[in-house]
Amino acid sequence: MKDLIEIRWHGRGGQGAKTAALLFGDAALASGKFIQAFPEYGPERMGAPVASFNRLSSKPILIHSGVTNPDVVIVLDPTLMESVDVTEGMPEDGVLIINTNKTPEETKKELGVKGRIKVFTVDASTISKETIGRPMPNTPMLGALIRATGILDFKEMIEETKVKLEKKFKSKLEVVEGNLKAIERAYNEVKS
Amino acid sequence: MAKEKKKGWKALTKGGVIEGGGTAKEFKTGDWRSERPILLSEKCINCLACWMYCPDSAVIMKDGKVAGFDYDYCKGCGICAHECPVKGKAIKMIPDNHG
Amino acid sequence: MAKTNIVARTGNEAMAEAMRQINPDVVAAYPITPATEIVQIFAGYVADGLVDTEFVPVESEHSAMSACIGASAAGGRIMTGTSSQGLALMAEMLYIASGLRLPIVMADVNRALSSPINIHCDHSDTMMVKDAGWIQIFSENAQEAYDNMIQAVRIAEEALLPVIVTTDGFIISHCMERIEIIDDKDVKNFVGEKKLGNYLLNVDKPITIGAMDLPDYYFEHKRQHIEAMIESKDIILSVAKEFSGLFGRSYGLFEVYRLEDADCAIVLMGSTVGTAKAVADNLREKGIKAGVLGLRVFRPFPKEEIAQALKNIKAIAVMDRSDSMNAQEGPVCLEVKASLFDDSASPNNVLNYIYGLGGREVRIEDIESVYKGLGEVIKGKSKNKITYLGVRE
Repeated sequence: MKDLIEIRWHGRGGQGAKTAALLFGDAALASGKFIQAFPEYGPERMGAPVASFNRLSSKPILIHSGVTNPDVVIVLDPTLMESVDVTEGMPEDGVLIINTNKTPEETKKELGVKGRIKVFTVDASTISKETIGRPMPNTPMLGALIRATGILDFKEMIEETKVKLEKKFKSKLEVVEGNLKAIERAYNEVKS
Repeated sequence: MAKEKKKGWKALTKGGVIEGGGTAKEFKTGDWRSERPILLSEKCINCLACWMYCPDSAVIMKDGKVAGFDYDYCKGCGICAHECPVKGKAIKMIPDNHG
Repeated sequence: MAKTNIVARTGNEAMAEAMRQINPDVVAAYPITPATEIVQIFAGYVADGLVDTEFVPVESEHSAMSACIGASAAGGRIMTGTSSQGLALMAEMLYIASGLRLPIVMADVNRALSSPINIHCDHSDTMMVKDAGWIQIFSENAQEAYDNMIQAVRIAEEALLPVIVTTDGFIISHCMERIEIIDDKDVKNFVGEKKLGNYLLNVDKPITIGAMDLPDYYFEHKRQHIEAMIESKDIILSVAKEFSGLFGRSYGLFEVYRLEDADCAIVLMGSTVGTAKAVADNLREKGIKAGVLGLRVFRPFPKEEIAQALKNIKAIAVMDRSDSMNAQEGPVCLEVKASLFDDSASPNNVLNYIYGLGGREVRIEDIESVYKGLGEVIKGKSKNKITYLGVRE
């Protein structure tokens, strides 16, 4: 894999695309990488299409422009794909990870994905409902991302995310437990 | 007016700070005056209205009685004469040539 | 060398962290996007008792700066933060702070000015107050924002001038990056105790501040203020040297990147400095001698130093993230050109690119097109003196 990896997260306002990028950035930092995590700021409304981004490198990252050619794209909400071209700017050998209950083959056909873009699917909505109790697909997608790309060590990521979530949900540790379980399940259940 | 040699920029305090307290005392406003108040002691009832109203604290008191005016600071506004309740006025404003 | 902790922080978080470690006496602020988080996070530190600061939530930015002025005149170490319209509303008080020579430190997140209303990055707000007599320091990323805030306290108090430290709105303020945080005690030692000269709470030595200057003294006080700005250049450099010795990261008035043997160079400031450096790296691999001059200190403007650094460059592009609305060029370009004008041997192939207004994306391709333009100039082609980069015709 090349040294500078660029990732784009697609979601709807409220689904946690920004949080996922921040959590992933933090976890990557802990594994010794230089990182960036930033959201796209448009009209901030619950339900509106939003995007967030990561850059990872073993060297200091100088670029501060937006990500236009992501190596990896993660889609938190499959209904987005009707209105947003989630593959925009992706290279031929890009990785596309979608939260859906369909198979990669079906999805690839539906989207009309051409070339060698590798499509992964995982039913993160169902996983999160069963583990966290709410449809919050952002954290399970972290697990799918790591399985699909091998960018980070899974155990390290889980440890780091645990620390972060425990800080965020000091009084609701069951939320942390659910999220970690969700990440692990998505890691195991993602299909290619 | 007093003639002073003004300092250059290198000699001034930073930010225009004026050091020391009560510096208003050094700023004698008496030369702004075109009329000066005169006290007619024989008519004065020592009600102290002039002392109260003077905006420059320029009414001089001695042993609880009005003793005159501090011409270093009196700007000659005439409020004292205006406020004097005595019939025929115990304070009179006269032209001032600062002599 | 001092111990550091590597963490992930947004620009706003990094600036708030620096403020916590500096532990100022008073912070008076009013929230505004995209700078809100700085004082919001800091207010949390106050509420949690992590700092000794008196936090004053005021009703406007005008009041924020007014409160800062009063507290600074009283003798405290004072900080605040704002952006865009907030900075504009402060403008009147900024001149008072600097004229009274009060060493206030302000975090300013660069954002476009209305109208049309826009919350995204450009440098219009900071450029609008460039003549207010404040030192202005720009940051390329969250690390620089953090380091600049810490150095700014020392610079302000040694120069007796207020300092604005800026980051680019959203691009840096909301971008999480890897940064090195210095230990609390090392920051505390570095900034030290504020050395008090004249201050209002000193009952043993009463003073008057803000007295009126008539035509017989005003000019002398302004001349003194100008001299302080000139002298602050050396203070900025000496503070940077001490900082670098302790914590390892070097700073100057500007950064020169692959400039020594460059044919073409871009001069700019803020977050796009990094993107330009990345593009210069790519072009170097293709044999194009590209360099970057990233301005850190816009006020005092390092004119002799810039002229010296650019003297062998064949073609220069100055990128301005604001426009002076039909001045000859944007504000940075005007300064750079004027710096070169004083020496007839200096290069005179200078192009101006106005870019990124209201948060307009600056892509790698945009920077490449700037270098391409410079290449054409070197080959003798004539180019527009001003280009509005990325605007739709």
